[in-house]
Amino acid sequence: MSLPKRVRSAWQYLFGNSASAFGTLSGVLLILLAVVPAKDYFREWLGYQKQYLRLIHGRGDATSLSRRFQGGLQQIWMPELGVVDRCTTCHTALKEASLADVKTQPFRPHPAIPHKLTEFGCVICHRGQGAATTVEEAHNSTKSWEEPILPARYLEASCGQCHLDRLMGTPRLNQGRDALAQYGCVRCHTIKSPDGVTMTGSDAPPPLQHIADKTTREWIAAWLKNPQAYAGSATMPNFQLADDETRDISAFLIAQSTPYQTHKGTEPAPAASQDTAALQEGTSLYGESFCSSCHAMQNTAGMLVGGNLGPELTRAGSKVKTEWLADWLRDPKTYDPDTRMPHYRLDAKEVGLLIGFLSSKSDSDFLGNTQLAAATPAQVEHGKTLVIERGCANCHAINGVKKPDNFAPELTLVGSRPLERILFAPGVPHTLADYIGAKIRQPRSFGNALKMPQYTLAPQQVDALATALLAQTQLAQTLPVSLRIPGRAPSHYRPAGKAGQLIDDMRCFSCHKIDGRGGDMAPELTWEGSSVERAWLVSFLKNPNTLRPSLIRRMPKFNVTDAEASTLADYIMTVYQTPAFDQETLDSSRFTPADVEHGKELFYGKYACQSCHIVDPNKDKGYIGPTLTQVGARLTASWIFHWLKNSQSLRPGTQEPVWNMNDEDARAVTAFLVAQKNAPRKEAAQK
Amino acid sequence: MNRAWLGSIVLALAMTSACSRHAAGPAEAPPKAFGAALVLVSGDKQAAGVGSALDQPVVVQVNDEKGTTVAGALVRFAGAGGVIFDPDRGLTGSDGQFTTNVSLGGVHGLYRIVAATKNSSGKAAEIRIDEIALGYQETLGKQVSDIHCVRCHDSESTPERVSNHDNLIAQAHSFTDGAILNAMSDADLAAIIGHGGAALGKSAEMPPYGNTLTKPEIDALIGLLRALADPPYRPQGIFYAGR
Repeated sequence: MSLPKRVRSAWQYLFGNSASAFGTLSGVLLILLAVVPAKDYFREWLGYQKQYLRLIHGRGDATSLSRRFQGGLQQIWMPELGVVDRCTTCHTALKEASLADVKTQPFRPHPAIPHKLTEFGCVICHRGQGAATTVEEAHNSTKSWEEPILPARYLEASCGQCHLDRLMGTPRLNQGRDALAQYGCVRCHTIKSPDGVTMTGSDAPPPLQHIADKTTREWIAAWLKNPQAYAGSATMPNFQLADDETRDISAFLIAQSTPYQTHKGTEPAPAASQDTAALQEGTSLYGESFCSSCHAMQNTAGMLVGGNLGPELTRAGSKVKTEWLADWLRDPKTYDPDTRMPHYRLDAKEVGLLIGFLSSKSDSDFLGNTQLAAATPAQVEHGKTLVIERGCANCHAINGVKKPDNFAPELTLVGSRPLERILFAPGVPHTLADYIGAKIRQPRSFGNALKMPQYTLAPQQVDALATALLAQTQLAQTLPVSLRIPGRAPSHYRPAGKAGQLIDDMRCFSCHKIDGRGGDMAPELTWEGSSVERAWLVSFLKNPNTLRPSLIRRMPKFNVTDAEASTLADYIMTVYQTPAFDQETLDSSRFTPADVEHGKELFYGKYACQSCHIVDPNKDKGYIGPTLTQVGARLTASWIFHWLKNSQSLRPGTQEPVWNMNDEDARAVTAFLVAQKNAPRKEAAQK
Repeated sequence: MNRAWLGSIVLALAMTSACSRHAAGPAEAPPKAFGAALVLVSGDKQAAGVGSALDQPVVVQVNDEKGTTVAGALVRFAGAGGVIFDPDRGLTGSDGQFTTNVSLGGVHGLYRIVAATKNSSGKAAEIRIDEIALGYQETLGKQVSDIHCVRCHDSESTPERVSNHDNLIAQAHSFTDGAILNAMSDADLAAIIGHGGAALGKSAEMPPYGNTLTKPEIDALIGLLRALADPPYRPQGIFYAGR
């Protein structure tokens, strides 16, 4: 049979008469109608819901679980937040804590967090496409939705969209934000918080206007070639410069340098003491002056020991000129008015000893390969061009080069950057998080012509930085302002007068916080005047002794004169007074020996203070809080009394727990502590 | 009919190849030697945030029957739940050791990873290594603990932190001490943290933190204790039939 004949006979068979035609059409209609329920039946989410019902069937709490289960498409809708999340359609058990043993997704309960699912939905934190109802569309980057689920390690970024303050539960976000400021990211890239505050750097890049007085051209060239070869902990990134580029930049930097106003004294620089005895004395002086509270140095085992407020000094002898070092040690401000280094008031002998010690910290290998011929004017000119191109003036003050504006792309909204506007390097997965991570790890893998330098960062630091950047989203700008927890506004507190000059001279703010300004290495001093006795304060300023036995970063001795100590003490005692209580709360002269005895019982018994403090050095071993052997000479009775009641209100963040003692107990313990003023320190006794 | 068969064979082949795509991977170096046993050198029981890399690498060592180290033996790492190894397989070095960096999966809890090596007759020797991923609550607990707790509860000192553990009369329990802490209910732990050791008839050297920490912070601390417990903590859930 030929084909047309077959078709004709089939047509005859199906539609030959009205009965066949009716039957055929009914059959077709039935099949068409069946498509819809079939499509519905095979929907992905319905399968998960059935799976869930099978999972809870047979569990002890199956009845209550199934009662709470709601079938069908689920949706969290919050128009004011722009949330349309259908995730709970498949993630059926997010609120079912009793399913903690279930390890298969999408049926795991949500881990404990401070927010309710119904307040924020899912996508504000996890990203992805909330309205989607298939696994692929909801979780992955697709043609219609480019933002995939945020990998768990960056999840704290989502907290950062509203929380502009420091949250204790988001250490990675905090670390990332700190790193943005500390590694100078914010000096090239403008990054604004959603509340409009521009992030500022917390590093202290040195000015280069007088660099020729400080170091040699060879050192500059070698440093530019690889800063980490000089100091492993250096935060200056590697600009991956060619030899001729480091040659020309160093030529320019030396050429632009002007002599600085050297130390006013005309005394010649003390000779560096290099003999063994002097070296030993210098080493001791370096230790006694607690230089290592801020500066790190590699020990013989290759371990880096010391703080990171100042530069690492492992190879300082290969860097600085001794005349400069002498001036710097005498008074750092004359070279760099904004330095964090205090004015130590060292005498000529001490300066000489420290120069001797630091000069011995040299490394002949570091400068071994750097030989430079005298610079030509063309090289200097080329060096200047390079300095401008590389944006050196974003961080450093340089004569004749202005700090550029908008040198690098603004990153305020980098967390919402559309993928279509990103050029991915080969091998980098096409997600924003991967792009940011790769860009921080190896900026030049995105193109050799890019200006961004190579940083030396641990993987954890890269993750932290990416987390902080992923928090910079469009959503953070558009969320209701009422949700925003603002960060602490910066304090520009500047004490006035003679005491203010002293505080500035000794750079107290580098370590201490007063009225919201300053570092956090040392105790906050905002209410110091309410806390201490004046006589103790004067003697401490003259010769700081360590209060906490286990403390590693310690207060150095600034060799202040009697007059200076007195001026400072007067100011602190008058100005840094808390309004929280009256110094007349307690009259310590009314304490009776019975009070002291009762306080002692409470101290050692009920409150077991000796677990952290030492009152009797022969018996107590507590190693956490300050030693209290002479606390009666140090602290006022009223301060102790209120401290025992609520320490956190006097110094927020202190390790001392809030004891909330009743008045009788607090009074008795205070009486016991005030009695601890014996054994005056030797120095005080001699004077 | 034949075509249909052919089609299904092609489909089956395609599926098999698709499924085995994962296993193929890069060509691996053949083992140069074989050991009999695998021992852990370091890197177990570390805690890190969900999805992040552990601070320290995991190091295992291959030994022969006599207990001497074997160089050039093949070690493979495997783990469920999105654990990533860098690298996940390789030959032991001259010291008989193999080192890998581990990133945990995106869900909080205990991750059990397996390291395996084969002896000359193809029999596998393996060890299980536990690592802990901290979720939000446990991370917060760790922050609180770092400020208020570890100085007494951790007997190890670090260069930045001197332990106060041995200065106490009552020995503070390590937070990983599951044998003791698992037996304590959440309510008892909350009481001892909030009201001090004396509240439970224990040493007053443990101060009360109820006025210092908030309830969520105390809950977070308990969450941390539960996450770190060794042996692992099993919550007293509902007993049910069917398993």
